[in-house]
Amino acid sequence: MVTTPNGFDLDTTGRRIVVDPVTRIEGHMRCEVNVDDDGVIRNAVSTGTMWRGLEVILKGRDPRDAWAFTERICGVCTGTHALTSVRAVEDALGITIPDNANSIRNMMQLNLEIHDHVVHFYHLHALDWVNPVNALRADPKATSELQQAVSPSHPLSSPGYFRDVQNRLKKFVESGQLGLFKNGYWDNPAYLLPPEADLMATTHYLEALDLQKEIVKVHTIFGGKNPHPNWLVGGVPCPINVHSTGAVGAINMERLNLVSSIIDKCIEFNKNVYIPDVKAIGGFYKNWLYGGGLSSQACLAYGDIPENPNDFSPEQLHLPRGAIINGNLNEVLDVDPRDPDQVQEFVDHSWYDYGTPGKGLHPWDGVTEPRYELGPNAKGTKTNIKELDEAAKYSWIKAPRWKGHAMEVGPLARYVVGYAKGHEDIKDQVDGFLRDMDLPFDAIFSTLGRTAARALESEYCGRLQKHFFDKLITNIKNGDESTANIEKWDPSTWPKEAKGVGMTEAPRGALGHWIKIKDGRIENYQCVVPTTWNGSPRDTAGNIGAFEASLMNTPMERPDEPVEILRTLHSFDPCLACSTHVMSPDGEELTEVKVR
Amino acid sequence: MSQIETFYDVMRRQGITRRSFMKYCSLTAAALGLSPAMVPKIAEAMETKPRTPVIWVHGLECTCCSESFIRSAHPLAKDVVLSMISLDYDDTLMAAAGHAAEAAFEDTIQKYKGNYILAVEGNPPLNEDGMFCITGGKPFVEKLRHAAKDAKAVISWGACASYGCVQAAKPNPTQATPVHKVITDKPIIKVPGCPPIAEVMTGVITYMLTFDRLPELDRQGRPAMFYGQRIHDKCYRRPHFDAGQFVEQWDDENARKGYCLYKMGCKGPTTYNACSTIRWNEGTSFPIQSGHGCIGCSEDGFWDQGSFYDRVTDLTQFGVEANADKVGMAAAGVVGAGVAAHAAITALKAAQKKTQSSKEEA
Repeated sequence: MVTTPNGFDLDTTGRRIVVDPVTRIEGHMRCEVNVDDDGVIRNAVSTGTMWRGLEVILKGRDPRDAWAFTERICGVCTGTHALTSVRAVEDALGITIPDNANSIRNMMQLNLEIHDHVVHFYHLHALDWVNPVNALRADPKATSELQQAVSPSHPLSSPGYFRDVQNRLKKFVESGQLGLFKNGYWDNPAYLLPPEADLMATTHYLEALDLQKEIVKVHTIFGGKNPHPNWLVGGVPCPINVHSTGAVGAINMERLNLVSSIIDKCIEFNKNVYIPDVKAIGGFYKNWLYGGGLSSQACLAYGDIPENPNDFSPEQLHLPRGAIINGNLNEVLDVDPRDPDQVQEFVDHSWYDYGTPGKGLHPWDGVTEPRYELGPNAKGTKTNIKELDEAAKYSWIKAPRWKGHAMEVGPLARYVVGYAKGHEDIKDQVDGFLRDMDLPFDAIFSTLGRTAARALESEYCGRLQKHFFDKLITNIKNGDESTANIEKWDPSTWPKEAKGVGMTEAPRGALGHWIKIKDGRIENYQCVVPTTWNGSPRDTAGNIGAFEASLMNTPMERPDEPVEILRTLHSFDPCLACSTHVMSPDGEELTEVKVR
Repeated sequence: MSQIETFYDVMRRQGITRRSFMKYCSLTAAALGLSPAMVPKIAEAMETKPRTPVIWVHGLECTCCSESFIRSAHPLAKDVVLSMISLDYDDTLMAAAGHAAEAAFEDTIQKYKGNYILAVEGNPPLNEDGMFCITGGKPFVEKLRHAAKDAKAVISWGACASYGCVQAAKPNPTQATPVHKVITDKPIIKVPGCPPIAEVMTGVITYMLTFDRLPELDRQGRPAMFYGQRIHDKCYRRPHFDAGQFVEQWDDENARKGYCLYKMGCKGPTTYNACSTIRWNEGTSFPIQSGHGCIGCSEDGFWDQGSFYDRVTDLTQFGVEANADKVGMAAAGVVGAGVAAHAAITALKAAQKKTQSSKEEA
């Protein structure tokens, strides 16, 4: 038994369970745990199993292009890397953006938060709580009554509607071709919903699938497509023309009306479906309060959604900035991404090499030399891993730390930081939720709390999206149609050398890009992304990361069926393509490796 | 057979009349550029077909293809997944994980040998013995080869699977490699784009289900119906190009009038895709309509063609056709690839005839 510096007792003597692939996530991930004789998790090992090397690819490129490259880090949180990138470039070159560009960017970012949260809950996470096979046993009439009780204003609630969906499911299941539901753990006692709640939630899985394609049209209008809309250093690429000839080629009244109608749809869905579902499902799981992990002791948020352009001071941000350590919610520390002692990455347990063990490096000075090797106690071979050795290197994810602390990031971290700072909207939401659920404050430090925070945030982002739409209209009314600042578009206007930082709150948490520009080209580019924080392996001191911490001490109904592991890992909405792409900033050549 | 829900059943159950169903089939035929004579065939296919098993694997990628796929409006993603295909393995969406997921993968391969479609999102890295992308403790490339061996056909979704995309941009540190360079003995349909348009993705699948054949492919292996023309050819701003009316600077008067984005680096003249016709997200817009030039994301190696804001330099205003054609030819690669694909189609059809239990028109 070992106690980690961040207070977790690790016991590796019990049976080892391997989950690979971890599904319903973005990218590739593996998880190993040891369970004791009672099936309780006593050791957890989380491994990022992919690496793409995007930052070395960025070296020497035009900084104005970087948004497109970094956007391709992730197609699920599409756009958020692009926004972070244009912010980093603008920060480096001292470029300010117009008010309209700020409103449009905020709407796009908020739109992504809502889309991402909805798709995550219904299509990646729901099957950890909801049993679609059990839904076949539901009484449609009782389901209708349940629907009307939990959400009186949702129009799709008749017994006939639920009967139709149930019949469709029935035919699907009886066809023998179970598709995505194949080999699910449908008789596992970890599923607690009555059939009617299962039918209601499964129905909403389908409703959300229809809705999500509508939500993203805000990106399509302002950025031309989704996934991967277009962005612009200095503002946004879409011009505004609401009055004159040629308006049909720009953001005009028809486009704005479409945006407005989608914003309303988001608000309606959050209010009528998403929040009521989380409360209804959560109600049946309110005694399953495992998975808190680091959330009660170490949370980090960079903050986002600036009310005014070019002002990132904490009090101007709608999503809060701050850090909480040692579980002290009475003190929220400020975060400075430029401070070399705050954000540092460690690689002692990652498949990289710094030369010197135990070193932590700030992203501006980071070094990444891949070094894939398994520890002496690993089982299997280098190309057929049976069990990893977490005492050695075991992940393609680095271990970022804030002042040496392993941190949780994401909706729950944002809400904990916001709550601790007395953010009024967040406090109202959290208090209201806990009151409705009849749960104490500490209940938010859990898998369920993480899932609930995401839903509450989706609701809040819906309101903010409307706020920035109104702000855009007001500004246009006042005669300002400007959307881009081109003063420094031409690289000849740039200084010989510059460096900058861009920060956002991606749906999954704090996201930072660090850029160095030299002679008009990218000299160095580093991203430290949410799942690098949450999914980090152990650091030099032995602190475990947020995923690993969250799995600790969770009992499993059937250790061979990882329902509980999936439920808690999914509550972070892991994004592995994001987390595992770091590369050498000084452009060191990769060690030549054997080519098949 | 009666137990299996067909697409027609789905539509009927949703209150759609026979008449509307036939209209839908006509629209499908029109959308695919087919003659009205094909309408009964589409209708029959949708009325009788069981769901085709699909294995969808993920290599190095960003999941934008899956995200795009679920945006499909016609058909809706839920109808594709519930009623048209049987998505028996897809690590992004499936309920099972770990051993249970691997078992679903194996089971599908064994049960439907030669009859499932393999959809590949992303690509395998070959450096580090393939361990830059690990799944089930092994290199992804092994899984890809294993799944491809008994597949009826392979769909390479997006720029990653088709060409390599961003992780294969210079210097390609992981040696990320497009699917057709690893799988050389199967018909491969490339559906490039970062990502491809949702309705192009579902259009390719429904075409295959409807007609029991691969779509006609161009020399690069792309469906000709969606990738046969340049964005520039069908761009609604083309008249401004022809009239010499250009956006000179972001957010200038000309930008607000919707003039041509050629001088801002638009790659529409050298990019083969359906963005300017089908458009994005249910026809809502496409990059040029929203004020940014095309970045050429469906072209091979588009990351390494200079800045997205560099003008397409070998293009003179009136020489555009000839020049862009040259670009297309240069990128097309060997003609032999097309021949191989055609031979494979024939083989595929023969294989299908053998296994199809449902009646089939001659």
